[in-house]
Amino acid sequence: MERMKTPLWALHKQLGARLIDFGGWDMPVQYTAGTIKEHKAVREAVGLFDVSHMGEVFLRGPNAREQVDRLTSNNVVGAPVGKAVYTLLTRPDGGIVDDCIFYKKSDEEFFVIVNASNTRKDVDWFREHVKFPCDVVDVSDQTALIAVQGPKAVRMVDALAGGTLAQLPTFAFTDAEVAGVRCMVARTGYTGEDGFELAFPNEFAPKLWSALMEAAVPLGGLPIGLGARDTLRLEAKLPLYGNDLDDEHTPLEAGLGWAVKLDNREFLGAPVLREQKAKGLERQLVGFKIAEDQRAIARHGYPIKGGGIVTSGGPGIWVGGAIGLGYVPTAMAAAGTQLTIDCRGKDVPATVVSGKFYKRS
Amino acid sequence: MSNFPQDLRYTHDHEWLRSEGDGWRVGITQFAVDQLGDITLVDLPKEGDLVTKGQRFGTIESVKSVSDLYAPVSGKVLAINTKLKDSPELVNSEPYANGWMIDLEPTEKAELDELLSPDAYTTHVAAQ
Repeated sequence: MERMKTPLWALHKQLGARLIDFGGWDMPVQYTAGTIKEHKAVREAVGLFDVSHMGEVFLRGPNAREQVDRLTSNNVVGAPVGKAVYTLLTRPDGGIVDDCIFYKKSDEEFFVIVNASNTRKDVDWFREHVKFPCDVVDVSDQTALIAVQGPKAVRMVDALAGGTLAQLPTFAFTDAEVAGVRCMVARTGYTGEDGFELAFPNEFAPKLWSALMEAAVPLGGLPIGLGARDTLRLEAKLPLYGNDLDDEHTPLEAGLGWAVKLDNREFLGAPVLREQKAKGLERQLVGFKIAEDQRAIARHGYPIKGGGIVTSGGPGIWVGGAIGLGYVPTAMAAAGTQLTIDCRGKDVPATVVSGKFYKRS
Repeated sequence: MSNFPQDLRYTHDHEWLRSEGDGWRVGITQFAVDQLGDITLVDLPKEGDLVTKGQRFGTIESVKSVSDLYAPVSGKVLAINTKLKDSPELVNSEPYANGWMIDLEPTEKAELDELLSPDAYTTHVAAQ
């Protein structure tokens, strides 16, 4: 089957990107600089990400507030208009359908950006569970999405938007014109850095990307592939659906209790989560670090002795050593606990660490 | 498509070999490097170790994945590239020079005849 292409595909080719299959999309895994340099550019300057493969959906209708409230673990509908809220879509059994960000435009209109590989599943989920007259409008095919991330990102985009964006609070969004292109701009990201995500119609993608590249390059900025997107999000301890999150683990087990608001709410899966919270967790997602001198990297699927499993792992490009996430029995989840990971037959010691591996200053 | 150096022999596993004195120097090709992306760790055997054709003699960790290194021929490890311990990126930047992995003294000379010529390797890569 032919891979799907974002409206920036031809530009990625021109930039010398190496393209791989990602959930049916032909996406840059890295550009000519390579993953390590791309990762560092985002930590030190600014990086541009084409994330147009992600899904975008509107939920609209006089009953939208009530419908969204029933599908989301976090209190999305209680947020003020103009706020973006990270939430899980939970199943009746407490498992996770997807993690996503909802943007509250009004009580009758919510916009949501979902994981590329889950777009089809999520749209079906919405259509199955949302009651008339709330409409589910999938605009993924018409919508481009560019993330601009890094310590120089806000100033750079702000300058291209006539100084209207620097004041936008974290996890807020607004409509703005960036380099002449009308966008929905959100102060969100997936890297642990400050920055924006810009959603806008496909046809303007080459124009906006080129304007952003022109502004970024003199600042030491680079286009960033999926390789560095993954190493960046891991350092910031942001979970990835399909690796760290799935329908067999609950958000509480995944350490996302902060995005599960159970008080006076009855979303799908709430009773199960309430019971799990009362009984206590049997397993938990933890972060771990492997010392540099171990010369080992634990990867997705490697067993952790004592009944755990690695869900994500890679080099800590900015923080050093190797880092990862994994599910372990609760008795092994406290910070400082020594783990033994079976790295292809070699026992490698690792230490549970709490909090993010990387936190921007 | 990469141009593969004419003075080397190759394997289907994307390794190159160069005759040097008593031994054969072994590394990985530009094609392999391009597939792997940035290399972060290279684990090599010790000097004096014996390796068997087709068996794992080391591993390469790139940012995204881990790969085995398979012995291109059987033999004794005469030397390893100790620079790779602190500078694995040499494999990315100079795969045919300072990014070499090990020097091998073949014990089964007939195995050398099974290595691929540059043309045969180019054909092999084109089919990937």
